[in-house]
Amino acid sequence: MADFETPEVKEYLDIPALKRGVMGNSKPFVSKEQFQEPLGFPGELVDNWQQVAVDKLGELLKTNRGLQVFMDSCVKCGACTDKCHYFLGTSDPRNMPVARQDLLRGVYRRYYTLPGKLFPKLVGAMDLTEDLLDQWYSYYHQCSECRRCSVYCPYGIDTAEVTMAARDIMNAVGKGQKYSNEIIGKVFKIGNNLGLPQPALEDTLEGLEEEVKEDTGADVRYPLDEEGAEVLLVTPSADFFAEPHVDGLIGYGKVFHQAGISWTLSSHASEAANFGLFIGSMENMKRIAMRIREAALDLGVKRIVFGECGHAWRVAYSFLNTLAGPFDFLDPRYPVPQHICEVTYDLIQRGALTFDKSANDHRRVTFHDSCNVARASRMGDMPGGQFIIPREIIKAVCNHYYDMPPDTIGEATFCCGGGGGLLTDDLMELRVKGALPRMQALKQVVEENGVTHLAAICAICKSQFSKVLPYYGFQMDQIVSVHQLVSDAIVLGQKQ
Amino acid sequence: MPLEVNGKTYETDEEGYLANLNDWNEDLAKAMAEADGTTLDENHWEVINFLREYYEEYQIAPAVRVLTKAIGKKLGPDKGNSKYLYELFPYGPAKQACKYAGLPKPTGCV
Repeated sequence: MADFETPEVKEYLDIPALKRGVMGNSKPFVSKEQFQEPLGFPGELVDNWQQVAVDKLGELLKTNRGLQVFMDSCVKCGACTDKCHYFLGTSDPRNMPVARQDLLRGVYRRYYTLPGKLFPKLVGAMDLTEDLLDQWYSYYHQCSECRRCSVYCPYGIDTAEVTMAARDIMNAVGKGQKYSNEIIGKVFKIGNNLGLPQPALEDTLEGLEEEVKEDTGADVRYPLDEEGAEVLLVTPSADFFAEPHVDGLIGYGKVFHQAGISWTLSSHASEAANFGLFIGSMENMKRIAMRIREAALDLGVKRIVFGECGHAWRVAYSFLNTLAGPFDFLDPRYPVPQHICEVTYDLIQRGALTFDKSANDHRRVTFHDSCNVARASRMGDMPGGQFIIPREIIKAVCNHYYDMPPDTIGEATFCCGGGGGLLTDDLMELRVKGALPRMQALKQVVEENGVTHLAAICAICKSQFSKVLPYYGFQMDQIVSVHQLVSDAIVLGQKQ
Repeated sequence: MPLEVNGKTYETDEEGYLANLNDWNEDLAKAMAEADGTTLDENHWEVINFLREYYEEYQIAPAVRVLTKAIGKKLGPDKGNSKYLYELFPYGPAKQACKYAGLPKPTGCV
């Protein structure tokens, strides 16, 4: 399939013998002028890039107090070293979170600390050379900003923030990543990551209505741009386009239908994902988030609900109000925003949905906690709700549910290997290798419990697993949407 | 990396997708497939032609369910599913078939 070796899945996850620099050549395609300019970044590496980079770092240290603390507080204890899926999968010691952070920390010390200015060699301070910039480009695109290492850091250093800062600096000097930046440009121009214009969305959704009618006989609607609907559903555009994502979208529609909740999608805000987060750009994150506010106001909705998208839920749950608030025009009886899993869970709790669990009897299911949901947000009103609610939904619609080992789920969950703006074919080696810890945990429940399917609530996780499962001897369709399981079991029609 | 077919040179992106949609012709599609070790038969062409028609109307490749439905109508219901499309285009119908059809690569979380 490609010119690299898929790591061997062993009985236990070994800490690999180090192979220095083995991933030094892994680099995503560099963005071009046409993808840089819509985001407000220089089209190519600027002449005085060194100065611009150092100044940008200085600006970020002032505006992001966390970054300043993360630069100063690492004591090199080593707790993070074996926690990163990319380190475990690639054996490259530069992918130990501390070592990757030090690529930026060394520059910080050189230009912003007195010892680093006077005695750089004694304190690990480094000049920002072209070679170092290349290493930044390589290794800051080998972090999926999943924050697993941060869970284990005694000082709470947030590696994702360090990666985001480095990417923000690289964009400021004109060395951006094509994958993320082209996508953000499409959101500005068309409204979603895929670039699906309104007529294509309409055509796709009409097709889904016909399909559900044929399958179930029910007139389930997938409305677009309907003014006066109660709920605006904002979902990743992969839900319109790809499998297994679309089966989740079909499920959301069935839930709304059965609950009698009027809802609509928006062609203006036809994307839940916010890649502004991945590139650490507050300005771009805000511009993307504003589209959701604009759509909600234009359509006169009372609630905003997010579909199955991991980092979208982080941006929505943690930052939406700051980026695009206040949302005082929405119904205050509901959380702003709400996750589709919260909607479905609440309906299940109230006995408003009926399920035929036997419809999923051909599946034995496990759940993959997506990193941004697990470690950066919550669902419902109880601690750990983001872990409990998706599992309770699955258990309500499936007879056979099994968790993967505890040190690989919940807040200790392993990234799918494709998060944080790395879900691109030019990083396939990294993606396959980074999936190793999750594949190892999956293999365990497959062997011990006969698990057949891995369910997830993130578009990136779903696409990543479809792609990498076959490398590890599994089938691409063993990954399913949580609402696909709901969709298959929900009983439509008059409640008995 | 430009592509040379029948003595003419065509501009492509880093991954070999055609830079200009209007440059496309059948020989180009055949050459791209050959480079991947694939010979295009009439079933491949049904998919490629549908992709091009759909793109012309909607400026985007069709979603997977739109594609499987259309192919099911044309080639029979047993072929209207993504399993069949993956047999035709093992690197994924969305990406590999789009490439041969001269369309840009779908972007995003797919």
